[in-house]
Amino acid sequence: MATFKDFRNSVKPNWCPGCGDFSVQAAIQRAAANVGIEPHELAVVAGIGCSGRIAGYINSYGFHGIHGRALPIAQGLKMANRDLNVIASGGDGDGFAIGMAHTVHAIRRNIDVTYVVMDNQIYGLTKGQTSPRSAQGFVTKSTPGGAIEPSLKPLEVALSAGATFVAQGFSTDIKELTALIEAGIQHKGFSFINVFSPCVTYNKVNTYEWFKEHLTKLADIEGYDPQNRELAMQTVMQKEGLVTGIIYQDLETKSYQEKIPGFAEQPLADLDMNLSENQFNELVKEFM
Amino acid sequence: MLHQLSWKVGGQQGEGIESTGEIFSMAMNRLGYHLYGYRHFSSRIKGGHTNNKITVRPTEVRSIADDLDILVAFDQETIEVNYKELTEKSIILADTKFKPVEPEDSKAPLFIVPFTEIATELGTSLMKNMVAIGATAALLNLKTSVFQSVVDEIFGRKGEEVVKKNMEAIQQGYNMMCELLGDRVGEWELAPADGKRRMFMIGNDAIALGAIAAGSRFMSAYPITPASEIMEYLIKKLPKLRGAVIQTEDEIAAATMAIGANFGGVRAFTASAGPGLSLMMEAIGLSGMTEQPLVIVDTQRGGPSTGLPTKQEQSDLMAMFYGTHGEIPKVVIAPSTLEEAFYDTIQAFNIAEELQLPVIIMTDLQLSLGKQTTDPFDYSKIQIRRGKMVEEELEPVENKDYFKRYLNTEDGVSTRVFPGTANGIHHVTGVEHDETGKPSESAGNREVQMDKRFRKLESLNFETPVYLNAPHDDADVLLVGFNSTRGALEEVQERLNNEGLKVNHAHVRLLFPFPSEEMATQLERAKKVIVVENNKTSQLANIMKMNIGGHNKTSSITKYDGTPFLPRELENKVKELLD
Repeated sequence: MATFKDFRNSVKPNWCPGCGDFSVQAAIQRAAANVGIEPHELAVVAGIGCSGRIAGYINSYGFHGIHGRALPIAQGLKMANRDLNVIASGGDGDGFAIGMAHTVHAIRRNIDVTYVVMDNQIYGLTKGQTSPRSAQGFVTKSTPGGAIEPSLKPLEVALSAGATFVAQGFSTDIKELTALIEAGIQHKGFSFINVFSPCVTYNKVNTYEWFKEHLTKLADIEGYDPQNRELAMQTVMQKEGLVTGIIYQDLETKSYQEKIPGFAEQPLADLDMNLSENQFNELVKEFM
Repeated sequence: MLHQLSWKVGGQQGEGIESTGEIFSMAMNRLGYHLYGYRHFSSRIKGGHTNNKITVRPTEVRSIADDLDILVAFDQETIEVNYKELTEKSIILADTKFKPVEPEDSKAPLFIVPFTEIATELGTSLMKNMVAIGATAALLNLKTSVFQSVVDEIFGRKGEEVVKKNMEAIQQGYNMMCELLGDRVGEWELAPADGKRRMFMIGNDAIALGAIAAGSRFMSAYPITPASEIMEYLIKKLPKLRGAVIQTEDEIAAATMAIGANFGGVRAFTASAGPGLSLMMEAIGLSGMTEQPLVIVDTQRGGPSTGLPTKQEQSDLMAMFYGTHGEIPKVVIAPSTLEEAFYDTIQAFNIAEELQLPVIIMTDLQLSLGKQTTDPFDYSKIQIRRGKMVEEELEPVENKDYFKRYLNTEDGVSTRVFPGTANGIHHVTGVEHDETGKPSESAGNREVQMDKRFRKLESLNFETPVYLNAPHDDADVLLVGFNSTRGALEEVQERLNNEGLKVNHAHVRLLFPFPSEEMATQLERAKKVIVVENNKTSQLANIMKMNIGGHNKTSSITKYDGTPFLPRELENKVKELLD
C-alpha cells in the first residue's frame, strides 16, 4: 500500500519559504495515503496562481489548467472516470473571484470531487493585489486606500448553495487538515475545504500568529453537530468564519453521478463506444 | 403538374405554425418527396411573426425556392410580410377570423377560408392548423388519407378520439377548399415522387446523431440559439447509452468540462454559437496547448454581440480561424449538407483524438435549423479512430519519472495515457512544458514543443476538403462558398451553365488548415472568382487571398441582412459581376 512518500515527486516547489501551501501539499499527500489509494488512482486538477502549481508537486496525475477553471475540468474528469479520486485545488482568487460561478455550481451539482482552496486573502503571484477574501480596509497595491468591498464569506456561500460537505482548516495544523481532506475524499459528493494558507510575502495582516489568535476549533465547541445545517450557519456567522473542522456534512444526499438515470457504473471511458447496427438503425428510423 | 412546390405557413409565434409545417412536411416525406424547410422566427417565446417555408420536389432539393406557390396565413402580417414572393400562379389561403385584406399589388388571388370556425365547431380552435392542411391537400390533389399515419403518430398518445377529430378537421378543410376552388382543385398537383422514405431532420440532429455514432458519451453545454437542439437530442439519447449531458453554468464551464472529460478518456464535446464561442476562446487555447482533444460545434448566427440571434449569418470565420491568444494548431471544418454534418462530426472526433487538438465544426443557422430530407446514413461508413493511446500495461518507472506524454515524435503526435493507468503518471499544463509535461521556459524547449504541436497538422487526414463540381478547365467563373449556401450555389451554377456560361463551383469544407493546393488549382482554371458569403467583410474571400492570392480576379457577393441567399437573387448578382 502506498505511503505519503509515494505521493511525493522530485519537483521542487517554487513557493516562498514559509508559504502555507507547503503544508496543504503535505496534508493532501498524507490524506491520499491514509485513504489507501495508489498515486495513479489520484488526479489533482489545479487553477492558476501560486497554489495552482500544486498539481505538479504531487506524484499523481496532474492537470494545471486555466485561471478559475479547475472545477469544471475536475468535474469533467470525474464524469469520464468515476473510479478516479479527483482533487481540485486553487487559491481564493481562482475559486472566489474569476471562478466563483463554478464554485457555487459545483457545490450545487455535487459531483464527487474534493475541492481544496488555499485561502491567503491576497493575490500573491501577481505581486500583491486585493482578493475577494481581503478584509475591508486591507491595503494592497490595488487598494492603496484600503479595500472598499467587504470580504466574501465562502463558508456561508457554500452552505447556502446546498453544500453536502463544508470544512475549513489551517495550514499549520497538518494533523487536523489531513483528517479534513481524508473525510472530504471519503465523502460521497462534492466536498468543499477552505484552508487558511498564509502568504508570508504579501499579507502582513493575516499571518500565522493572527490566525492562531483568532481561530476556534469546532471540536472545542460543546455540542457542535456537523450534521445540523442551521447550527453550522449560525456558528459560522457568530465566529465570522474563523473556525476549523468539519462545519457541515450531509450523509444522506447522493452524489450527482448516483442520481443520473442509467449512468454507467463503470467509468464512461471504459464503455464500448460503438453502436450496434441495430441501435444505429433504430436512431435513424426515428427521423423517417 | 408542378416539378417543385413552395408552400409557406405563417402566423404569430406560439400558435402552432411550426407544427402545421411539421405535419405537412412529414406527410410529404412519407410520399417520397424531397424537402427543404426554413423557419423565420424571433427571439421571443410567444408573439411576433413566424413562418415556415417548405420547398417540395420529387428530386433532390438543397435550397429555398425563389417564389412561393401557396401561402397559408393565420394573420394579416403573414400576408404583408410574404406576398411579394407570390406570382400569378400562386394562391393565398387566409383564415376568415382575422378579416384578411388583399394587398393592392398582390399577384395572387386571396381565398378566405374559415379555418378557425371549422375547427371550433369540431371542438377546439387549436385544430385550425389541421383544417389548413386539409385545404392544402385539395390544392395539391392529395387524398386526406396520406395524413393518417402522421396524425396517428403525433396524436396517438392522446387517444383515438383526438386522432379522429384531427382527421375530421383535415377532411372538412379539404371539402371546404374544394367548394371554394371549383375547377381549380388540384391545380398545384406535384409530379409523383418515388415513394422512398428518407430521413427528415435539421442539421443539428445530424450533428447530434454523428456525435453518438462517433462514440461520444458525454456532453457539457449551455443553451443558446441555434445550437440547443444538439444538447437536447443528447439529453434524450445519452442516458440510454449510459452516458450523460451536463447543462453547465456557462460556456467556459462547458468547454473546460469537455476538456477534463477528454483527459479522462471519454469522447466529450460541446456546442454553442457566437457568444458562447467567444467565451470558450481561452479553453480552446488550453486544449491546443495541453494537446487534449476537444470537439466544439459553432452554429453561426447573426452577430456581433447578441446581434441577430435567430437569423442566418456566416460571420464567425475569422474568429474560428484566429480566436484564442497565442498560436495553436486547430482544425475548422464546415459541412454544407446533412450528410456532411453527420459524417464530418464523426471525422471531427477522430481528428481531435488522432491529432490531439481542438476541432471546430462550424455550421450556420440555415444548416443547423433548416429541416431537410436526406438518404438514411450508412452504418458501414462509421469509423472510430482514436490515434496513439497506451494499450498495454506500462513498465514500472524509476525515480517517479513522469510518462513522456509530450514526447517529441516525428509526426508530432505523442501517445496518450489516461488517468487511472498504473505507471502512466504525468503532468498536464497550459504553461509551456517539456516532454514530461513539467513547466519549462527554456528557449530551446519552447521551439521543440511549438514545432511538435504544429507538425501534427501535416498528418491531418480529412476526406474531401473541398466539394467540387468543376467541369470546366477554362471556366468563366468559379463560384465559392461554405456551409448552407451550397444549394443556392448549385442551382445558380446549373442555371448559368444551361445558359451557355462555363461555371465551376467549389464549396470549402475544410476551412483550417486552408486547402490551398486544391483551391489554387481551381483558381487557375477560372477567369474570375466570386466568393459568396453571409457576412459584411468578405471573410472567406480574404482568407482565400491570404492563402492563394488571386486578388485581381476575386470579387465578393455578401449578404448580412439576416436572410439566406435565394437562387435568383444570387444568379442576378453573379450576372452583374460578369457583365
